[in-house]
Amino acid sequence: MVFIGWEMNHNLPYLCSKMVPSNFNKPTSPLTVKAEWPFILGMALIAGSYVLLLALMVLAQISFFSPTEMARVFGNPDIQFSIKLTLLSCTISALLSVWVAVPVGYLMSRFTFRGKGVVDAILDIPIVLPPLIVGCCLLILFNYPPFAWLSDQVVFEWPAVVLAQFVVACAFAVRAMRVSFDQIPTRYEDVALTLGCHRGQAFWRVVLPQARPGILAALTLAWARSLGEFGPILVFAGSTHQRTEVLSTSFFLEMQSGNLRGMVAVSLMMIFCAVVVLSLARIFGLRRVDL
Amino acid sequence: MIELKNISLRQGQFILSDVHWQIPSGSYSVLMGSSGSGKSTLVEIICGLRKPSHGQIIFNGNDVTHWRPAQRQVGYVPQDRALFPGITVRHQIAFGLVLRKVPDREINIRVNELSDVLHMDHLLDRLPEKLSGGEAQRVALARALAPSPTLICLDEPLSALDHDLHDEMCHLLKKVHAYAGITVLHITHSRYEAQRLSTHTFRISGGMVAPYQLGSAS
Repeated sequence: MVFIGWEMNHNLPYLCSKMVPSNFNKPTSPLTVKAEWPFILGMALIAGSYVLLLALMVLAQISFFSPTEMARVFGNPDIQFSIKLTLLSCTISALLSVWVAVPVGYLMSRFTFRGKGVVDAILDIPIVLPPLIVGCCLLILFNYPPFAWLSDQVVFEWPAVVLAQFVVACAFAVRAMRVSFDQIPTRYEDVALTLGCHRGQAFWRVVLPQARPGILAALTLAWARSLGEFGPILVFAGSTHQRTEVLSTSFFLEMQSGNLRGMVAVSLMMIFCAVVVLSLARIFGLRRVDL
Repeated sequence: MIELKNISLRQGQFILSDVHWQIPSGSYSVLMGSSGSGKSTLVEIICGLRKPSHGQIIFNGNDVTHWRPAQRQVGYVPQDRALFPGITVRHQIAFGLVLRKVPDREINIRVNELSDVLHMDHLLDRLPEKLSGGEAQRVALARALAPSPTLICLDEPLSALDHDLHDEMCHLLKKVHAYAGITVLHITHSRYEAQRLSTHTFRISGGMVAPYQLGSAS
């Protein structure tokens, strides 16, 4: 067998000269180089407008801040209960979401199987469905066994708050985890397998440590989504004082009673919670993950 | 002897058909072939990372076709080295030994021995992010060698190195082969590497593997 490599073809320059079209070296008219600033300015205007809108929204809320109204709202035992329930339910639902999102994200990222497209579409249901419909679906689901057996303990009780938050937040956490696992090359697992790991060990020892920023991103995202969840909670858990009232439903109740300053006080509390969570996530390395 | 019998694999447009291949024990075998010819796929099949649709893989008389990668005692150094991020070089090398529950004292002896052979004592406490291309290559090699495999597969190990490092690594690979006395399967495009290192050379083309006679270096 004879190996013919490009370096052995001594006629290459001659062949190339024969293949070159006659007008190949004809000089072309020089390009007119346009200034870059209109492009940058256009982009900056669009981006700046959005950032300004967000900042103005928060500033407008702060301008309505009234210390006396704040004291009245947060002195109210119902609101105090709703703050506690919000913090607790958001934390439980975020932890549950990550617990489910890690295996789901890993399987969807690493394996190809028949019906994967269908599973993918099902996982996106809570993201694309209007939140009220998600609540309605949960309510109907708990009419059927085996869920109906737990109906009295769950529906319109605090577990319903957690479940309503979890269903939506988990879908976002799954997306975050899947992106995170997609970014980790499978080559690491391959090497770990040849070094003596079984698949579970390769996951725990090699993949999961690299997915830590993704887990934190998923946790933050799930917590933030749970905090903002309103529709499914209202339909599935109701808004009963001292039982199922969370900050988002407190806001709704203040709105129904026409108390603008009370609404602002509750919303500022929610903004404060969101800022604290996002700041903590940034401190602990969320910047390393592109969602 | 590592033997591939009637190995076939079809994956989309890519086909390996009825591959017969014998790699002599203790040899430094080089597999050459153009891009997309299936060199890396064949190595993945040998390592147990990919299942062939048909055929048998025999390691020293044992049919290992259905064995898991961990059971095959094959060291694998991929082209991108795949050093585990956030783990020091010492722990990278010890990785396979820790899994086998080797006592700490023996792990330390083995790590020091390998770092001595591969001239990397000064790298042991570094993270992979802080290593140059040549250093990372040596660490990946040491990590694969640590559990004493019977075969080590090197997937284009020198392709990303500059000329000086390339020569240094060629020398080191020769030394490691002589030192460990194991079978080496080295994948490359480069005839130069094959001429410097191989005791046996093969070429894959059209989904078939055949012995290949190297001409003089150009």
